[in-house]
Amino acid sequence: MNYSLISQSFKNARKENRPALLTYTVAGDNTKKTSLRILKSISKYADICELGFPHNTPIADGGQIQTSSYRAIKNGIKINDIFSIVNDFKKNKNNKPIILMGYYNMIYQYGENKFLKKCKKVKVDGIIVVDLPYPENKIFASKCKNNKINFIQLISPTTSKKRLKQIIKDSHEMIYYISMLSTTGGKLKVSPKKILQEYKKIKNQNKYKNVVIGFGITEKTISSLKMADGLVVGSALCKEISTSLKKRQNPVKNVTNVVKRLKNKIL
Amino acid sequence: MKLKKKTPLIDQHDKYGFWGGKFGGSFIPETLKKPIEDLTKEFHKLRKDRKFIKKRDFYFKNYIGSPTSFIKLENLSNHLGGAQIWAKVVSEANGGAHKIYNATVHALICKSMGKKYIVGDTGAGYAGKMLSMAAKKFGLKCKIFMGAKDIKRQKPNCDAMKKNGAEIVPVYSGSQTLVDAVSECMRYWVSNCDNTHMAVGSTVGPNIFVKICGWSTAQISRELKVQLKKEFKKIPKKIKLINCVGGGSSAYGFWSEFIDYDKKQIELIGVEAGGPKKSQLHAAPLSRNAKIGILHGAASYVCQNNEGQIKETESISAGLDYPGVSPIHCFLKDTKRARYTYATDEEALQAYKMVTKFEKLNPSLEPSHAFAEAIKIAPRLNKDTIIIVNSCGDAKKDRDILKKKLGKY
Ligand SMILES: Cc1ncc(COP(=O)(O)O)c(C=O)c1O
Repeated sequence: MNYSLISQSFKNARKENRPALLTYTVAGDNTKKTSLRILKSISKYADICELGFPHNTPIADGGQIQTSSYRAIKNGIKINDIFSIVNDFKKNKNNKPIILMGYYNMIYQYGENKFLKKCKKVKVDGIIVVDLPYPENKIFASKCKNNKINFIQLISPTTSKKRLKQIIKDSHEMIYYISMLSTTGGKLKVSPKKILQEYKKIKNQNKYKNVVIGFGITEKTISSLKMADGLVVGSALCKEISTSLKKRQNPVKNVTNVVKRLKNKIL
Repeated sequence: MKLKKKTPLIDQHDKYGFWGGKFGGSFIPETLKKPIEDLTKEFHKLRKDRKFIKKRDFYFKNYIGSPTSFIKLENLSNHLGGAQIWAKVVSEANGGAHKIYNATVHALICKSMGKKYIVGDTGAGYAGKMLSMAAKKFGLKCKIFMGAKDIKRQKPNCDAMKKNGAEIVPVYSGSQTLVDAVSECMRYWVSNCDNTHMAVGSTVGPNIFVKICGWSTAQISRELKVQLKKEFKKIPKKIKLINCVGGGSSAYGFWSEFIDYDKKQIELIGVEAGGPKKSQLHAAPLSRNAKIGILHGAASYVCQNNEGQIKETESISAGLDYPGVSPIHCFLKDTKRARYTYATDEEALQAYKMVTKFEKLNPSLEPSHAFAEAIKIAPRLNKDTIIIVNSCGDAKKDRDILKKKLGKY
């Protein structure tokens, strides 16, 4: 997997002396078509696009992403639609990696193997499963690897030293560090200095892993963390979609502007 | 898939927390791994600690009021003809339902872990009311998550929570019932697990919560075993233990001592919420053959669609109105040790009417589901058969619903 698109994106960003910018939006928010248009448009500025597959009982998501998820489900998004969004996206922008992110029950119902086969076919680059922690995720993670898909391990401030070592050892190319004890969309309640200290603990174990920081990152906070390999912004984008819809403005344009501004702050 | 004898059911899981290799587990975000590991260690330590057991027994006796009585429902039995119908009146427990056992144990664990804040979910409001009582008793600050729909339909219990100084956090997402309350409570815990203890209100959720809750409610069957021997000199030859099943904490507590018996001697019957007769919706994943899915950190039979989205449920009984069920009941179903069925809203109401007409007993809508099954099968059985219903909740909380549906309370 040495030359995966994910690794390539980090390499490109590093060359420009900046962190990679990762966006998170929910597939089907607010419709299948709009979410694809958003994805295409923001990928001009984002390095890696995470695409949430929405679940109606999300135990780790805050209000913004919940709202987006419920909206997408209400508008009828199905797993196969999500694959077709990725397929369509990849046809045009083949060099931008896509990471699917969601809850395990949806993969379980679809069937792990069938899900991965579909992912491979539409060229999904990575998968994050919020409620399938290490070591329970070992089998699924190795299945991902066999399909040349990155399984992305999560690490949080509560992760013990021993676990940290094991997780890093078994991780693929990218690791997601959760900045604080929070659901998504919480206000950053830990100082950037503290977050970066924890981040460095991961890097010190293995400097070749691409470590991204997520949770609580907004236009206000992003520049304070820019020494990381990558930074993920999700809730702020979901919120922008909600606001745009409420004001009857074009979410594609508005969200793209937010991503553009985020990018400018880390250049 | 096989049950082991002489091992409590709550301990018959593998190293990843699965019963029968596929039910339960801990499907949790990384942030909760550590707090759950800490809690698991603590519980493991405490349940082997004589001093802790003594403390538990002290509070069970002097605070909760053990044992709750075991009585024959003479008039109801005579009216139906057939089997003898008995009740274990668990609603006599302090607070009016079995939820007090789990709440008390969680408060003791919380204290022992040095945490000052405790949070929990509630549907019928009993789990919340009991946690607020225990929190007050042991000097903890308490927050209860409750669906907005349930806050409206279970007002007496909400009043009690407030009186005990707990904060009720209304949950407006989804169907605004128990399923959403549990999700919101877990989300809160993700953000506050460093200083807050979480109690899950039933034998659901990540593995350790199933265990703690089952360990707590098991008191019910320990008492019953003694009472049966006292009443009949030995355990009778033909017993049917009937219990309503929402998450399954009261049923597990009622059955745990009897699981090793042959099912020809002691049959275990769980009654889920069938919802309104005319509705497609229900809250009966076991008896209406839902598929296995993951909800609130555990694998169990779950009402869901093909895509894995959790389905809305409907029941007149807020306590049973939950799309999932305990992994240990899934295990009991698949090993065929217990039988699961359901009662509709209408049947539960009729059962309530009949029980209260013949007996000085006031079962809430949850155990009324169990009574509905007892009433259904009793006439076909002979009088050597002992049907025992766990009357696990008091109907005071259902006052408004009963008034509306039956014209009186
Ligand atoms: C009186 C009563 N019975 C039963 C239940 C259902 O829960 P469980 O199946 O865990 O006993 C509840 C839940 O709120 C309840 O209040």
